[in-house]
Amino acid sequence: MSEPPSLGRDDVAHVAGLARLSLSEEELDMFTGQLARVIDHARDVSSLDVHDVPPTAHPLPVRNVLRTDDPCPGLDRDEVLAAAPDVEDGRFKVPRIVGEAP
Amino acid sequence: MSAAGAGADGTSGSAVSAAGAGADRADRAEWETVVGLEVHCELETQTKLFCGCKNAFGDEPNTNVCPVCLGLPGSLPVLNAFAVELAMRIGEALHCEVRPSSFHRKNYFYPDMPKDYQISQYDEPINVGGWLELPDGSRVGIERAHLEEDTGKTTHQGETGRIHAADYALVDYNRAGVPLVEIVSRPDIRSSAQARLYVTELRAVLVATGASDGRMEEGSLRVDANVSVRRVGAVAFGTRCEVKNLNSLRSLGRAIDHEVARQVALVEATGTVVQETRHWDENAGRTVPLRSKEEAFDYRYFPEPDLVPLAPGSDWRARAARAVGLLPSARRERLAGLLGGAPTPQQVDQVHVVVAQGLDDLVVAAVAQGAPAGVALVRAANELAADLGAALVLDPGIFGRVAVMEAQGELTATQAKAVLAELLAAGGGDPAAIAAEKGFEALSEGSLAAVVQGVVEAHPEEWSRYSAGEDKLAGFFTGQVMRATGGKADGKAVAAELQRLRR
Amino acid sequence: MTPDDAGSALALADAVRRGERSARSVAEAALGAIAAREPELHAFLHVAADGARADADAVDEKVRAGEDPGPLAGVPVALKDNLCTRGIPTTCASRILEGWRPPYDATVVTRLRDAGAVVVGKTNLDEFAMGSSTENSCMGPTRHPMDPSRVPGGSSGGSAAAVGAGLVPLGLGSDTGGSVRQPAALCGVVGMKPTYGMVSRYGLVAFASSLDQIGPFARSVGDAALLFEVIAGHDPKDSTSLDLPVPAAVRSLEVGVEGLRVGVCEELVADTAPDVSRRVREAAEDLARAGALVEEVSVPEMRLGLSAYYLIAPAEASSNLARYDGVRYGLRVDALDVAQMNTATRTAGFGPEVKRRIMLGTYALSAGYYDAYYGKAQRVRTLLIRAFDLAYERFDVLIGATAPTTAFAIGERVADPLTMYLSDVCTIPSNLSGHPAMSVPFGAGDDGLPVGVQVLAPALCEERLFQVAAALERSAAARARPGHGEGRR
Ligand SMILES: [Mg+2]
Ligand SMILES: [Zn+2]
Repeated sequence: MSEPPSLGRDDVAHVAGLARLSLSEEELDMFTGQLARVIDHARDVSSLDVHDVPPTAHPLPVRNVLRTDDPCPGLDRDEVLAAAPDVEDGRFKVPRIVGEAP
Repeated sequence: MSAAGAGADGTSGSAVSAAGAGADRADRAEWETVVGLEVHCELETQTKLFCGCKNAFGDEPNTNVCPVCLGLPGSLPVLNAFAVELAMRIGEALHCEVRPSSFHRKNYFYPDMPKDYQISQYDEPINVGGWLELPDGSRVGIERAHLEEDTGKTTHQGETGRIHAADYALVDYNRAGVPLVEIVSRPDIRSSAQARLYVTELRAVLVATGASDGRMEEGSLRVDANVSVRRVGAVAFGTRCEVKNLNSLRSLGRAIDHEVARQVALVEATGTVVQETRHWDENAGRTVPLRSKEEAFDYRYFPEPDLVPLAPGSDWRARAARAVGLLPSARRERLAGLLGGAPTPQQVDQVHVVVAQGLDDLVVAAVAQGAPAGVALVRAANELAADLGAALVLDPGIFGRVAVMEAQGELTATQAKAVLAELLAAGGGDPAAIAAEKGFEALSEGSLAAVVQGVVEAHPEEWSRYSAGEDKLAGFFTGQVMRATGGKADGKAVAAELQRLRR
Repeated sequence: MTPDDAGSALALADAVRRGERSARSVAEAALGAIAAREPELHAFLHVAADGARADADAVDEKVRAGEDPGPLAGVPVALKDNLCTRGIPTTCASRILEGWRPPYDATVVTRLRDAGAVVVGKTNLDEFAMGSSTENSCMGPTRHPMDPSRVPGGSSGGSAAAVGAGLVPLGLGSDTGGSVRQPAALCGVVGMKPTYGMVSRYGLVAFASSLDQIGPFARSVGDAALLFEVIAGHDPKDSTSLDLPVPAAVRSLEVGVEGLRVGVCEELVADTAPDVSRRVREAAEDLARAGALVEEVSVPEMRLGLSAYYLIAPAEASSNLARYDGVRYGLRVDALDVAQMNTATRTAGFGPEVKRRIMLGTYALSAGYYDAYYGKAQRVRTLLIRAFDLAYERFDVLIGATAPTTAFAIGERVADPLTMYLSDVCTIPSNLSGHPAMSVPFGAGDDGLPVGVQVLAPALCEERLFQVAAALERSAAARARPGHGEGRR
């Protein structure tokens, strides 16, 4: 498998957008340098040929953890809404939404 | 570029005329419609997919919420076993392979999604590879049917209430975390009519499994359509667009027709269709692009570390298979079988209606209690289907007695309809008592024969012409009998008696 | 409360249960000690004085009524501020959660209260547990209890410092890549990471879900065992919680190590400072003297741990921290539309280290890079687990250093994230494998600051871990006694 490229300024700008973070030009430079070092260090992993090794998502092999379909009491609405930055009419209020969910 | 091009983009008012022009062209045999449907089905569980909050429609906003479905820091999901059971029933009903599965996180920001990721099944869905047979005999392949959680509900507030013009939005998380099964069809559907048939049949299947209440208007079933066009005979698919916001069968059909016309116009004008997600605007009767094309989405799927893999044992899978009720196709066969002969085209339609409305158990039970199948079927398809809510709780014995009375001539068809209406309105009652109360005094076979005999004797000239083969005079005699009985005689019984006397 | 008082949770609980001391007086002593040291240490983000008094009074009421007040009756406990406490601020040392009061208790908090423990407050940490020094706190760093110019380690530095300074006998932290064990080593206290799934994560604000475990801090292995038994056990609210009996940690303390096969893990010794590796070798000698069969062993796959960890943990974190979007709780910075509001809120609410990890993790998961980074790191995790399994065919436990150095100076490693990340190189492998591990104080470095020796055991072998840790504690104490050749502090 070919080695992935190192991480550049455009990559950092792209992931910042995906993660909903905005960076100043100086921050973009700083983070690019720092993250590139970490990614370069990770080459010992990213360049390994491990295609025949299965991935581990969970440390322990547990399966079928389920609950019965029995209702249990939730939270008090006033307590829930009291924590919110803005509410109206029993609901969470947010600035206008541009576009629908993807 | 032509006006059709601009209109097809959904950016100008000329879209409707463009669609009209396109539709004409699409009608020409050279274009083929290709549709795949994604149907989101809310499962009929007591609680949500990952928490014990009530799965209920129409409650006060944000009253069925807890740390888990609000995505509060520190909360963790635990999978609802009954949701898994229902998903497996759906898989069985759609002839899928029910498999070990796992959950992934689908990451994107949206305010109706409390964790800003959706827990969904990705590369290991619980059901893969099945099919659904439609009443017309065609088969639509099923790609997969997987479990995932629903989002909350966003209301756009502002001058128009429309999304782009809204000043702000309000979010209710009662629906967040409600279990869904997303059923993805193969692109096997070839017309808007077939798409409607598919959704109708799928809905009946979902109701039969106990997984869904089938209420499209309440959002229990939500349909997205992947639409493309290609020249007849072409093997490769055209570029597809995903159309969202199809809230009814009517919207589904209209949206596909519009979208096909738009795409045909676009391909004929520019040679290409841009792959995008579009929104069906029911009022404007057209699809519009959902978002700007340059906004990229990268869901960054990865295995949900807060859940463990799901591998239902063969016992459980077998139990789920057994719990699947009689499917619509089997129900249609059962009902038609009661007729005791090849059904007429009208009866085939009646069978479809009765099964689609979930009235077939009632008819079968009524027939088992002695009701004649043909009469029960036609009354169910017409009168009962027209008042479904009341019909579904009607006692089959009572319904059966009305059918018997009609078949035996104790009630005319008109009278039987009136008695049924009364029973449905009252939620039950005694058919004979209602008939008596309404003055529908039954004519016994003997007394009907006497009345017919009297009429024949009073009109010897007409009778000899009728006897000689002038059939249209049957109407004359029936009218005379009706006048004599005050409309209480049954038309069929009168005809039968006239035939008997003529022989 | 004096450090002597705080020395034994077991003794305190006994005294309270017998009515020899009131839980209220114990709580007052702890609150007094906190008030005295806090200006210098800054171990706490919130001191729950009123709540602590009320909890203590409830314990005393039970004692008076003749009811069992529980195994931790009246024992003050400090909680890392990423554990949800109903009605008590829980901030994760982040501006984005400033002022948030959870409407529910973490399962461990419920278990502590049921056991009679008294929650005295919430301790400082690296923001969202991302760090190794407790310098990444939006409320400023915690200082080392023995040298205020140094860090206490991290990310559970507040709990480690509070226990190390003797303000409370017990504390809880969370360990994603060593965040309990490393600060325990630096502060000279016992710190343990249980087997993944042994302690419920419900109510622990997630950093990296497949790695996070809550673990105890104590001033003795015995107290750590007591606290571990209280917090461990199956929780139906956590799908990754193991449905198994709680290991008999306390009962394992006196078993000894005779005949036990101990591997001194080369990878956990080779790259550590000489004064640290010397203590590990002494610990190995002492175990051999106590009857263990001690040998050197190499587990080369451990060297891949750091890279795998810094792909997996940020990836999971990038998703776990998406919910801080300004809609439902916490900070909101207003803007014209909801997407801009999300961005403004997150940009203002997260500190630089959190942003670094969110971006790193987003990158590791993003289209085109998943297979090379996150996917590969998950496969390396399998390699590491296999390597551990192989080693555990020959050894019952492994030992090594907990941290490469003793406590470092405040500010020393902040400029270069990678250097900071290397502080966790010895602890990370156990998080990736899900295995239990513990740090036991074992003498001091050349600078006189504490050194921790780490014991690693296979999954679910907590009893063995406590067995060896108790033996190490005894030999460390013997070395510290006057007249012992080398031991001194
Ligand atoms: Mg979906
Ligand atoms: Zn809930």
